[in-house]
Amino acid sequence: MLLIPCPNCGPRDETEFRYGGQAHVAYPENPAELSDREWAEYLFYRDNPKGAFAERWLHSTSCRQWFNMLRDTSTYEIQAVYPMGQLRPAAGPTAPILPTPVSPEGAVK
Amino acid sequence: MADTAALSTAEIQTLRQSPAALLSAAFDAGSVAGTVELRELPFLTMVGIRVDPASAAGMDLGTFTGGLPAASGIVRTSGDTSVLWLGPAEFLLVAAPESHDSLGGEFPRALIDTLGSGAGQVVDLSANRTTFELSGRRARSVLEKGCSLDLHSRVFNTGTALSTEIGGIPAILWKTDEETYRILPRASFSQFLGRWLLDAMREYASDEVP
Repeated sequence: MLLIPCPNCGPRDETEFRYGGQAHVAYPENPAELSDREWAEYLFYRDNPKGAFAERWLHSTSCRQWFNMLRDTSTYEIQAVYPMGQLRPAAGPTAPILPTPVSPEGAVK
Repeated sequence: MADTAALSTAEIQTLRQSPAALLSAAFDAGSVAGTVELRELPFLTMVGIRVDPASAAGMDLGTFTGGLPAASGIVRTSGDTSVLWLGPAEFLLVAAPESHDSLGGEFPRALIDTLGSGAGQVVDLSANRTTFELSGRRARSVLEKGCSLDLHSRVFNTGTALSTEIGGIPAILWKTDEETYRILPRASFSQFLGRWLLDAMREYASDEVP
């Protein structure tokens, strides 16, 4: 089980979260001008990298807020947690960039 | 079925039934005096508040309720009214049953008036959740069977409330005293969680095996 550091609530079990798929998939500027293939690619085609992957998560059981997370798909290492709307931080085997926990659960493990 | 439209408020009070009322005898039977005890606190007044605490409406509601909690876990209590943090812009006010405006109290009407036309939401959620009170020196052991938070008192302090999973269902866990916890499950989960807690409490009714 993953221990996910929610930016609002601190580290919690993976079962409290909902997965939201790949992050930073922008809505097309002019959807009406897209070909069927481009539209299908926007809707259904997602990256499937081995390594760092930016994805959206929802803390559905507690604070009900969305956030982005950079996670390594092969080692499950959580490399960064950052707010929605913020650009993806650089990937790399660095120490996780974790928000300061505001929860009384204590320090980030 | 009674015709509720023709009844006075006082008569309706005698007819209403709390979500875990069917289990009250089982709670009495399953409680072990001095070790771990479980009871339902029915019909607490609860008001959901959704407002940006930094906005003008948030400031007004904060002044009225005695401050909106700023971060996860914090409970702001004034008198027997408490405001729990549920999200950065979502709070739950919990007060005594008689604080409800249908019984002559002020909630949620006073909060709706305070919000006025400001950006936000005040909703009466008194029937959304019920409240269990689990107390005794084994209460923490019972909760630890189904809750993965660190409940040790050096981490989880009195006067803290977190919304999390207990026994696999979402619930709010609120520590009101050193050995007393309030658990707020949604009404539809209350019988499940009540039976789950009774099952978890059962071992403390027998003597410890040396």
